[in-house]
Amino acid sequence: MKVVSKNIKSITNPKLKLNVFTPEEIGRIHDATLHIIENVGVRFPSKRALEIFEANGAVVDHETMIVKVKPQLIEEALRKAPPIYLLAARYPDQDLPLDGNHVYVGTDGCGVEVLDLHTGSRRTSCLQDVVDIVRVADALEEVAFHWIAVSAQDKPAETRGLHEVKAAWENSTKHVQTESIYNEREARAVIEMASAVAGGKEALRKRPVLSLMQCSTSPLGHEGGSLDAALLAAEAGIPTGFMTMAACLTTGPATMAGTLTVGNAEVIAATAMLQLAHPGAPVFYAAAQTASDLRSGAYTGGGPEDFLFGAATNALADFYNIPLSMGSFATGAKEPNWQAGVENSLSTFMACVVMSDMLLGIGLLHGSRIWSFAQMLMDCEIFSIVHQMMQGIVIEDETLAIEAITAVGPGGNFLAHEHTRKYMREVFLPQFMDRRPYSQWESRKDGAHDWALEKARHILKTHQPDTLDPKLSLELGRIIASLEG
Amino acid sequence: MSTELFERMAQSIIDGDADAAVALAQQAIDTGVDPLEAISKGFVIGVNRVGEDFAQEKAFLPELVIAGEAMKAAVAALEPEMQKRGTERQVHGRVVLATVEGDIHEIGKSLVGTMLSASGFQVFDLGVDVPAVKILEKAHQVNADIVALSALLTTTMVRQEEVIKALDKEGLHSQMKVMVGGAPVTREWAKKIGADGYSEDAIGAVKVAKQIVGVS
Repeated sequence: MKVVSKNIKSITNPKLKLNVFTPEEIGRIHDATLHIIENVGVRFPSKRALEIFEANGAVVDHETMIVKVKPQLIEEALRKAPPIYLLAARYPDQDLPLDGNHVYVGTDGCGVEVLDLHTGSRRTSCLQDVVDIVRVADALEEVAFHWIAVSAQDKPAETRGLHEVKAAWENSTKHVQTESIYNEREARAVIEMASAVAGGKEALRKRPVLSLMQCSTSPLGHEGGSLDAALLAAEAGIPTGFMTMAACLTTGPATMAGTLTVGNAEVIAATAMLQLAHPGAPVFYAAAQTASDLRSGAYTGGGPEDFLFGAATNALADFYNIPLSMGSFATGAKEPNWQAGVENSLSTFMACVVMSDMLLGIGLLHGSRIWSFAQMLMDCEIFSIVHQMMQGIVIEDETLAIEAITAVGPGGNFLAHEHTRKYMREVFLPQFMDRRPYSQWESRKDGAHDWALEKARHILKTHQPDTLDPKLSLELGRIIASLEG
Repeated sequence: MSTELFERMAQSIIDGDADAAVALAQQAIDTGVDPLEAISKGFVIGVNRVGEDFAQEKAFLPELVIAGEAMKAAVAALEPEMQKRGTERQVHGRVVLATVEGDIHEIGKSLVGTMLSASGFQVFDLGVDVPAVKILEKAHQVNADIVALSALLTTTMVRQEEVIKALDKEGLHSQMKVMVGGAPVTREWAKKIGADGYSEDAIGAVKVAKQIVGVS
């Protein structure tokens, strides 16, 4: 097991490789993207964003808020983005270096309902759910960082995102990435909060304990509040990414290449904007493209298109030499079932095999709407399986085991051989796969779902995360209260 | 005075070091330690400890087998001395074990043998492709408590029934209970052919054998 830091499991030095595209094919997506940005344009409904583009010589239509940018400007701006940087944690040994050689998993977000851990019934999510999920995630080595998994709907809408981030810091020492801050006002507050946790503005720049993810508005658009929030975060040195969720048939063309291009235009235009405003700011590419359902047009949260997008997008992020935060897991299934297993396994494998830096996200069902602790734990096992697969098969004299094979000979068995004892702990041991004798299963009829819930309950009962200094908590509370008036 | 020796014996089993176990058995013989005590106060303690670790999921199957093999080697080394002294190791029961005629699958059967002997049974492993008549002959000869039959093919599992019928015919079935196993074998099949015990894996087989002979 490769553990880069305390209680965090990540994929590193993989043996498996997959090339979804040839370099020429990536070049064609890039060229098509630049053509779209230059000739069709991307909508930036933010005064500040439009000013930045205008100051740098882009064609800006203030009426439609559509910006058309020359390829050279986009390319030059993207080259200023740092290829390697750190997602800092409250515990420095839980820092996550985004260096292209690690895959980290985070929770999914942002759900609106929870399957109650004790009653199993479905209900509206609240702040206590955020707390519980963060606490469980803090204990799990598979979870390297937090996304805000569910919405704290018992808190005022205008400060909800802040309450959620505060809860995450108070209940875990791992890095927090929020996807739920989308206006200037909240962004200013959350930066102040992050500064307090990091120990000042300069400390935050060196050790960003928070990162920020904004969604684009496909096709070819952004949301004003998101752009303003992202600009403020980038200015403060908080790693910031734009996520495209373009979907074939609806917000993207039917073809996967077309949907990749639409999403790519959204992401790189906005990323370039951040670099034009704050050169060298840590930025990342984020994506969770999908195909809409052919019958209903609904968001699917799975399917072969999702899985391919998972592998394809990292080729683009690598081309631009910035880290990628990729949507994987996040099944469209209504409950932890066959569909969830298939979708989350394949999406995660495809995103891992190309070494996407950050994976989102475990635990949500029904297209990132309903939180399930059982799904969370089972998703962790999926990651562990992929983690083991990524190590590939090591070919060395010792692993070829000629001596052991010679000693055992035809017809014997290897169970009692010394070589077996030496290497057996490298064989994967699942937590939730049912490998029991049939009769044992028959007498209990239990399985992964039950065991996963049991483990989540056990963690919640026994795991005590290192909570935030009470003075710091008060300070964060004060910042939030100042916005609630 | 032998406490340290006993501890080393237990450790040799935990380490799965058959060479060390045999050397310690020889040392016991040379220094006049009762072989039965060497087993019960030394080697068996090691087997039990590995078994406990296994039950708590701290040890894995290969470790159980390695310990079982070391135990077997130690007992074999003590055997001549026991014969000389006219003593016999107290066993839970005698098991005649075989893969039935027409079937050459060995590993599951051997695993059951190792587990049973490590758990205090005396196991007579007849190997693979063994005809019913040979199994009966051996069972009769050693006055077996259990006849354990392995089959891995749907075409050979019918041979398990043949052995049971032969035992019935000879009037031996009441004193010799039959355990069956193998991938295609089910509880329903075991019941249908009149077997007395069934387990899907080697760990379960030990439990079944103990139930049959009435030890916990």
